[in-house]
Amino acid sequence: MSTPVAHGSIRRRLLLSLLASAAVLAIVVYFVVQSVARQVAQESQDNVLTASALSILDSARLSGGEISIDLPYSALSMLDSISDERVFYAIRLEDEFLSGYADLPEPTGDPNGTSSFLSTTFLGEDVRVVLVKRRMSTDTGRSFLKVSVAQTLSGQKQALARISRTSMGIGAGFFLVSVLLAALISRSTIRPLDRLTGSVSRRGPKDLRPVAAPVPSEMVPLVASLNSFMRRLQQSLMRSEDFIAEAAHRVRTPLAVVRTKAEVAQRKSDDPETRKALREMIRAIDDSSRTAGQLLDHAMVTFRLDHLAREEISLHRLVQDTVERMRPTSELKDVTLEATEVETATIKGDPILVQNALHNLLDNAVKYSPSGAEIHVALTTTDDGAKISVKDTGPGFQTDELDVLPKRFARGANTQDIVGSGLGLTIAKEVVEAHGGTLHITNNPGGGACVSLVFPSS
Amino acid sequence: MRFLLIEDNEQLAEAVVDRLMLDGHVVDHAPDIQTGHDFTATTTYDLILLDIMLPDGDGRTFLAQHRKQEESTPVIVLTARSEVADRVGLLDLGADDYMVKPIDFSELEARCRAVMRRRGGAAQNLLTLGNLRFDSLSGTLKLPDQDIQLRTRELRLFEVLANAPGQVFSKSTLVDRLFSYDEDVTENAIEVYIGRLRRHLDASTVKITTIRGLGYKLEVA
Amino acid sequence: MRQFGLSLVLIFAAGWASAFEAEEVARFGPENSDRELRIISTADIAFFEPMITSFLASAPNTSIEYTVVSSSELQKAIVDEGEAFDVAVSSAMDLQTKLANDGWAQRFTPAANSALPDWAVWNDMLFAFTQEPAAIVVSKSGLGDLPVPDSRNDLINLLRQHPDLFRGRVGTYDVRQSGLGYLFATQDTRASEIYWRLTEVMGALDAQLYCCSSDMIDAVKSGELLIAYNVLGSYAINRADRDEFAIILPSDFTTVMLRTALIPSNAPSSELAALFLDHLMARSHGQDAQLLTNPALDLSQNEAALNRIRIGPGLLVFLDQLKKRAFLSEWESAILQN
Repeated sequence: MSTPVAHGSIRRRLLLSLLASAAVLAIVVYFVVQSVARQVAQESQDNVLTASALSILDSARLSGGEISIDLPYSALSMLDSISDERVFYAIRLEDEFLSGYADLPEPTGDPNGTSSFLSTTFLGEDVRVVLVKRRMSTDTGRSFLKVSVAQTLSGQKQALARISRTSMGIGAGFFLVSVLLAALISRSTIRPLDRLTGSVSRRGPKDLRPVAAPVPSEMVPLVASLNSFMRRLQQSLMRSEDFIAEAAHRVRTPLAVVRTKAEVAQRKSDDPETRKALREMIRAIDDSSRTAGQLLDHAMVTFRLDHLAREEISLHRLVQDTVERMRPTSELKDVTLEATEVETATIKGDPILVQNALHNLLDNAVKYSPSGAEIHVALTTTDDGAKISVKDTGPGFQTDELDVLPKRFARGANTQDIVGSGLGLTIAKEVVEAHGGTLHITNNPGGGACVSLVFPSS
Repeated sequence: MRFLLIEDNEQLAEAVVDRLMLDGHVVDHAPDIQTGHDFTATTTYDLILLDIMLPDGDGRTFLAQHRKQEESTPVIVLTARSEVADRVGLLDLGADDYMVKPIDFSELEARCRAVMRRRGGAAQNLLTLGNLRFDSLSGTLKLPDQDIQLRTRELRLFEVLANAPGQVFSKSTLVDRLFSYDEDVTENAIEVYIGRLRRHLDASTVKITTIRGLGYKLEVA
Repeated sequence: MRQFGLSLVLIFAAGWASAFEAEEVARFGPENSDRELRIISTADIAFFEPMITSFLASAPNTSIEYTVVSSSELQKAIVDEGEAFDVAVSSAMDLQTKLANDGWAQRFTPAANSALPDWAVWNDMLFAFTQEPAAIVVSKSGLGDLPVPDSRNDLINLLRQHPDLFRGRVGTYDVRQSGLGYLFATQDTRASEIYWRLTEVMGALDAQLYCCSSDMIDAVKSGELLIAYNVLGSYAINRADRDEFAIILPSDFTTVMLRTALIPSNAPSSELAALFLDHLMARSHGQDAQLLTNPALDLSQNEAALNRIRIGPGLLVFLDQLKKRAFLSEWESAILQN
């Protein structure tokens, strides 16, 4: 059986894509948190700046047409209250500079809004500037009193660094949790596949029932195809079996008719010539029937070997049954068939095949033994396994045939014209080897053949 | 013996009936399972020969029903299919034995005897000839002072002769009945078995007489 | 006096026109040193010398040029003339703060940064190394049996109960003239309204105004004044004749001035300046501090009442022209009642 080529892994792919999306989400979370926090930090700074500027604006008084401003201490100190900041301000009446830092840039924002902001650089450092204004009536008419307050960003930068660390932590935590979830999800997603694989691979060789256990909807097409494949396989197997059976039936029934009629005719005839001819006919029929039978048996054996069952076989019972079934045939030939020395042994395999193998050995032994011969069947056990041996007192094998014999269709040279074929040994050899055992053919020291099947212990 | 043959192939059935009648058996033929049941319901048989592939079902169905009705008549299944494939279940379902077509009738007879023997002999299997009693199932000759166990061929020979005392059997007929077709035997081989049988019968009132040029017959003194 | 004050304000507003004037220049360390540290300072040489000598002891082959200027001259030297000094030391916290805020100072992290109190460092630019309280100096002999006032309230009561005794014999800074006086005054107003009441009481008693702490102490010693308010305590305690007057740290609140140092942004030897500041800060804070100020003036026993002037942009408020104009005008109307 060839191992399927693995191309990628669903679990890995799932895990990787989950991790990739988690990583992307973590990065997005990082940036979103940071940008929101940056906005909040910016807003809170702007609020403090605005409060500061408004408190300056509020301190403006008109006295005698002149504007006096009593700069509140807190207006500037509040900007420095959380972190040390450099603070700048400028008070202008329209474009006339009144106090503070004359060079401080002025935001040019919405002229109608209460406050406008500007991020710029002043005296060598990044600053945020707010501008608030109020209309005042002075000697020279109505004009805007404008207060700008600026602040360096060290506090905001510290806050942002803290926020950045926090959002990094949130992102990393999110990612870690996602990794955990991804591992769990990918495992639980694959689990039905694992279960399906397990349930299919645990099956016996002949178990072609459809998979009935519920599976996730995505796997339904796969399982449906698998079931349909198994159904077709089963049909095909059944067709093969049916074909072999049908072939046997087609061949054997006419042969049976002819043989029976020939026997009847032979019994009724007194003419020695006719009787001889009919006898030869019957033997030809037996020959072809036996050949056909063994061919069909061999086909069936080959078929079963491809799907070797692994049942417990009680070898001793099997030996006794098979010998018992063969006894009428042996008695007919006046051949003594005895199961001597049968020990208890158990192997794993296909009992029908093993029985067929032994049957073929016995069949051969009976066929090739002369009248009055003896056949001894023994089942012995060793540490390594069980051995069934069939010894006969027949003519034995020729030494140079011992290796060639079990080859398909080989037939012993000294079998004269006894009906049969070499297939019997071939079948026995294939069966025993499929069970991990060996077939041995030897001649007995005192004459006759000995064929043994050695099975490894289960 | 009385046989029931359940076989759908008319030609084969006819030939089998002819063949069994040659040996002096009585045979009823049923072409399908239903007819088979009809026959078994009315007649008692010594043995049923059952084909597997039948027009109205599988022979196994008949077997199952037959055993369910606690019929004790032994059944030998005749299968045309593979030895390997059909073995499954046949014996489990209660068949006493099975044979693969084409049937060697000598083998059939041997198997019938084996089946009967396994079932335990009935009284009618005891045959009395003069001071000799013969148990055909066990193959034993019971003389007043001893029991003689016959070997298979001796038994067959005695059976053939004893079933028709006084009838002359030619050597060729006896060869046909005693040997299977794959054995090359001359008619002289019969003389060997006749000789053995005569020695067994020495102490009895039963004699085998040679009719020169015709054959042998069994006589009760 | 008023004319003088106004002209000072004008000068302050207009900036400095001519080169800065050094009161004194001193050199320390070997003649042919490898490196020289230039310090510009408002502190007397005698006051600062222990710090310089201890530094030179730990820094071989180093010399220090020490230039003493007034606080306004210090501004002038650094801002207007871009004179290259490595360290600028001043008691004018507001002006130092403005220097730092306006970008004239370098950022620097002292070695002992984490051990320093929060109030001692601002924005990694400005480093406070002394705590010098504003004190009330009282003539022991002149007061006779009268109780020595412990707080501003006591002082007000004392002045009110004996107006004839104290008329013309109380003194304080002329805040128009003295930067330190202005700093103390503005911080007093931040701390409590009582400053204005006291100023009005002193104004009603025809208070004398002085440019400097030393003049006020001299006046107390000579009997010209019975009480001088907001005298620099560290200065008073360092005088040899300090037994002749009482130095009182008001128990209601004591304004504390912090002397600060910074490294100007154009410092030629900023690394050496950093070493010096490390030394300065290490010696001025913590358990093993060796203070420049006289330990006899123990601040710690009055910790709760200490009102340390906070370094930061709040100090810029009182430098604002409009604010200063408004404050001085209010102050004048309180103190100059005659």
